[in-house]
Amino acid sequence: MTGDTKGRYATGKPTSWLNRTYKHHLFWPMALWMALLLFNLFYSPSFFKVVVREGHLYGSLIDILNFGAPLMLVAIGMTTVIATRGIDLSVGSVVAIAGALACQMISKGSDQNAVSLVIYAVVMALVLSIALGLWNGLLVSITGIQPIIATLILMVAGRGIAQLITDGQIITVSSTPYQYIGAGSLAGLPFSIFLVAIVFAISALLTRRTALGLYIESVGCNPEASRLAGIRAKTVMIIVYMFCGLCAGVAGLILSGNVASADGNNAGLWIELDAILAVVIGGTSLTGGRFYLTGTIVGALMIQTLTTTIYSVGVKPEVTLVVKAVVVMAVCLIQSEPFRKAIISRWKTRRYPAEREVTRHA
Amino acid sequence: MAQQTGAEPVLKLTNIHKGFPGVRALSGVDFRLFPGEVHALMGENGAGKSTLIKVLTGVYSIDEGTVEMEGKRLVVHSPQEAQGAGISTVYQEVNLCTNLSVAENIYIGREPRRFGRIQWKEMNRRAAQLLEERLHLRVDVTLPLSEYPVAIQQLVAIARAIDIKAKVLILDEPTSSLDRGEVARLFEVVRKLRGEGMAILFVTHFIDQVYEISDRITILRGGELIAEYKASELPRLELVSRMIGKELTMLDELPKTAGDSRMSDDHAAIVAASGLGRKGAIEPFNLSIGRGEVIGLAGLLGSGRTELARLLYGADRADQGKLHVEGAGKGGVHSPRGAIDAGLAFCPENRKTEGIIEDLTVRENIVVALQATRGWFKTISRKRQNEIAEKYIKTLNIHPPNPEQLVKNLSGGNQQKVILGRWLLTQPKLLILDEPTRGIDIGAKAEIQRLVMTLSREEGMSVLYVSSELEEVLRVSDRIAVLRDRVKVEEIGKEEMDEQRIMKAIAGGGGA
Repeated sequence: MTGDTKGRYATGKPTSWLNRTYKHHLFWPMALWMALLLFNLFYSPSFFKVVVREGHLYGSLIDILNFGAPLMLVAIGMTTVIATRGIDLSVGSVVAIAGALACQMISKGSDQNAVSLVIYAVVMALVLSIALGLWNGLLVSITGIQPIIATLILMVAGRGIAQLITDGQIITVSSTPYQYIGAGSLAGLPFSIFLVAIVFAISALLTRRTALGLYIESVGCNPEASRLAGIRAKTVMIIVYMFCGLCAGVAGLILSGNVASADGNNAGLWIELDAILAVVIGGTSLTGGRFYLTGTIVGALMIQTLTTTIYSVGVKPEVTLVVKAVVVMAVCLIQSEPFRKAIISRWKTRRYPAEREVTRHA
Repeated sequence: MAQQTGAEPVLKLTNIHKGFPGVRALSGVDFRLFPGEVHALMGENGAGKSTLIKVLTGVYSIDEGTVEMEGKRLVVHSPQEAQGAGISTVYQEVNLCTNLSVAENIYIGREPRRFGRIQWKEMNRRAAQLLEERLHLRVDVTLPLSEYPVAIQQLVAIARAIDIKAKVLILDEPTSSLDRGEVARLFEVVRKLRGEGMAILFVTHFIDQVYEISDRITILRGGELIAEYKASELPRLELVSRMIGKELTMLDELPKTAGDSRMSDDHAAIVAASGLGRKGAIEPFNLSIGRGEVIGLAGLLGSGRTELARLLYGADRADQGKLHVEGAGKGGVHSPRGAIDAGLAFCPENRKTEGIIEDLTVRENIVVALQATRGWFKTISRKRQNEIAEKYIKTLNIHPPNPEQLVKNLSGGNQQKVILGRWLLTQPKLLILDEPTRGIDIGAKAEIQRLVMTLSREEGMSVLYVSSELEEVLRVSDRIAVLRDRVKVEEIGKEEMDEQRIMKAIAGGGGA
């Protein structure tokens, strides 16, 4: 008896397996991603081909993982921020700054290939990224500026800071260890994937195995009630912005390592928008509260798959953004429950036109 | 009075069904409302009153059943559509934009315009006129609504509702935050509207008010219709027993005064405030609370009751005076977190905005405070959380008894119990209850009062009990502090405690 009741508690009420799957927060992101992959299966079968060359795996799927890594990282950080009702527009700038600082420090070194130099540069870049996140967090929590405005400051100023660091130049480096971060491979897979896995694992552990996840969701849901319940809401906010900064910093290292250069103007340009989109597709609401890290990863993968698909299908470069926008709009509409209901009810009325006539004349 | 049983009902609901995940909110409810009557909708928490109203106003769609207005089938999908159809509502929790001006709140969405531009002067003039003529309320309509107390906000909400040309006016707990004078003023307005032929649906927990103003009463219980009565033909006791489904003896069972058996020589003060105050909130006051003592705070709305409680808890910062809390460090209490660590707990007045964390489950809402004091890494295991949730659901009689239910799907009284559970779990030395029984039914009220007495007597927990219902304060308190106009004016011990005495203290004005 008690066991039975407990089972019911877990799902709210007794439901079929199918119904549970449908209600699961990963259902729509997964289904849409699968649909996109399915499209590729028919349109360009080579999409799924993975070949081994010189011990490395190659193929569109590997590219999606590799090029999607920075987006996934930024989106993980963004998820925690959005869960507290915030938003971080400055992640693209932090990406640029982190890459700029690391490349600048490496290019000044006598031996660019020295591992110690690269580690030093990476650590400094990440420390700076966290500091920038702290700046955002302080603005949001202590001064009470709305997150969208507070982070807009760094979004705009950050590009300038990146330019200052690189003296307005695009800095190129020739450092094998540094390039490894963005272009290396480990066990046949891109190294960046392992970075994503590590960051994902750490964030999942911190939010689900400690109480931090509860604090974040609580603060995002109702900051004042959380404060009165004893949660240090401001501290929680500062932490998530710092974490978001860190994630953006790592993404910046991958992006600049991949091309062995730092471009203050274009590195990570508009990545904040893709990241926000990934978070929302993943099921986390912009109004804060519940957040889904796995959903975010699926969302990011979907966006990257879309980008890759658009290129592989051969859409003309001048219309790629339009095509992407149309698909994204479709995705958002399909995920919207009121929209689905509206469609279904229309479809139902259409099946019985006679009945509609009757009600009209009644 | 205006019984028009022969006439057609303006609103007729037939066989309404509505369910939520895990909750059957309404099953097979019929309801009718005639023009020119005040119809009280009665029921305990979770009886389905709020759901029925949200069905009428298009917030919820119904699973089954029909709604007819003036004989025609009515389907509304949003409050806007309901308003368009002539159904206006004033909700229990004020649903206005507090950062907009009073006038804007009244005319939002239908501002007087000329050539597409809003005529601000005209709007402000009309708003002021409306408030003065129909509610006899004189306020600066250009100030933001947040400048005014909840009572005024409620009246503004009513003004907004009656200004829209409504045929049906729904008042959902409109009086729960009004003082006597304001209630009388509201009823004046309600009677006038009834005379003009408006159909008024009135939901309240105050039985006196029901008999004062209603023509007809419909009772719901557990989502089902019990019956419809003429108010004049339904004795009070029967009304109450129909609502709760058993003879009402609960409140009478409670001893009239608490703590007879308590050691009166226990003077160890666990909280002592001296000269504590905050500009614009409450004048400096002294107050000490002993172990196991129940202190009542009495006073009118806006007299500084909530402000006093918030200062003790560190929810607001005091700008003068000292607060000594046993167990707190030298620095005293400056934040809710500090207060909790020192053994304080606070159930705030505004359950929805400051109490519950809506989108989290009952379980999470209960453990959140304890988890907050333990820090990140000392987590409470999921198994332990489940045990805790089950325990408080059982002892506090929380319905539905599902720890994974989102707390926003619970009725007001059950939400209040969840918050109580949250604090009892932290085993506080002092429990501050600010209007713990506001907007909840009589059964839950009795449960909460009984709990307060048990806690103080058997577990030695001190309680600061803030309530606008004098009867309640008298019943539970060992000592009553009376507030008037943001000043603590008097402290009344148990021996002098009677209603007259306290009323005088509240009213003040030695002369006349």
